[in-house]
Amino acid sequence: MGLGVPIIIPVSKPSKGAAGKTGLWRVERPVVDEDKCIKCWLCWLYCPEDVITEGANGFPQIDYTFCKGCGVCADVCPTKAIQMVKEEE
Amino acid sequence: MTLTIHDLRKESGSYLPGSAACPGCGATLAFRIASRVLGPNTVYVVPASCFSVIQSPFPKSAISAPLYNIAFPAAAATASGVYRAYKMLGKDINVVVWAGDGGTVDIGIQALSGAAERGEDIIYVCYDNEAYMNTGIQRSGATPLKAWTKTTPTGKREMPKDMPMIVAAHRVPYVATASVGYPFDLANKFEKAKRIRGFRYIHIFSTCPPGWNSPVSKTAEVAKLAVDTYFWPLYEIENGKLRITVKPRKRPLKEFLELQDRFRGLSEEEIEELERIVMEKWNFLLHLEKSERVF
Repeated sequence: MGLGVPIIIPVSKPSKGAAGKTGLWRVERPVVDEDKCIKCWLCWLYCPEDVITEGANGFPQIDYTFCKGCGVCADVCPTKAIQMVKEEE
Repeated sequence: MTLTIHDLRKESGSYLPGSAACPGCGATLAFRIASRVLGPNTVYVVPASCFSVIQSPFPKSAISAPLYNIAFPAAAATASGVYRAYKMLGKDINVVVWAGDGGTVDIGIQALSGAAERGEDIIYVCYDNEAYMNTGIQRSGATPLKAWTKTTPTGKREMPKDMPMIVAAHRVPYVATASVGYPFDLANKFEKAKRIRGFRYIHIFSTCPPGWNSPVSKTAEVAKLAVDTYFWPLYEIENGKLRITVKPRKRPLKEFLELQDRFRGLSEEEIEELERIVMEKWNFLLHLEKSERVF
């Protein structure tokens, strides 16, 4: 019908980092101490951002690109194997 | 069957990292676990709520499942239509409403009540952060007594609506309360709801660190303390029979209130009053548990 108006269907496509690199929000970063970790995966279960996965060495691995640094993982860890460390400038 | 952490780890969820949710958000925590249990064969219907924002701006979405955004009061009506359309196409799909407390207990209650009365085959989930957090912490019908919000600066004077009981009074097959502090209990309730036909309702107590002024890292602990202090009892009503699913040893309500600034400045008498209300509710539930049918 030649009106020349582009038709845009308002459907969003799933994508990681839909709100950008949310790791930039972080003030403190969680660091896993693999000597203390008992691999109970409670950190994975409670992580609100779904950034904890199993690394190549079988220990929890945190995706720092998207981790918002809330510290829930460190709070629920039964062996205190996750420390919250201040982000450097 | 009881779900364990190994079962949950095997499943893939519908939440992608890097969304617009606040750090420590209880709603994303609940959604992550629920979407793992519900599986990929699920369509979500979301009314205006924090979750509309959590999905992140167009043209990207942090939710990898089909999701339909709809006006505030229309969630349950839309889900009814979505389910019937799939049924006509011969597909058996979980249709799940994922609504906030405002979209459930205040604005969405009419459509919700209608869908429950018609016995629509949908799961209605209310993630309850106890105020309109998305628009800036205004009180809702789910805000607890004496809680601070921007529109109740001296503490709310009214009792919240007992929404799970209101839905249960529709005599629907399954009603449950859950908390993000008890993720296994939450996962198993979704597992159960998934296998039941008819209208199912799950009400999730979901921590909101910016709205409640609780420490960001204490999302799980606040939600767990809510259960342990009997502030938010976990129960399910299956075909009219009530069962309390978690019976923790009672801890003083003060421990739960102290973690959040929204209850700051309550006098000892006020805390005692809240404690009395909480115990009344708990004893009432124990009483209901003994009866053959609640509704």
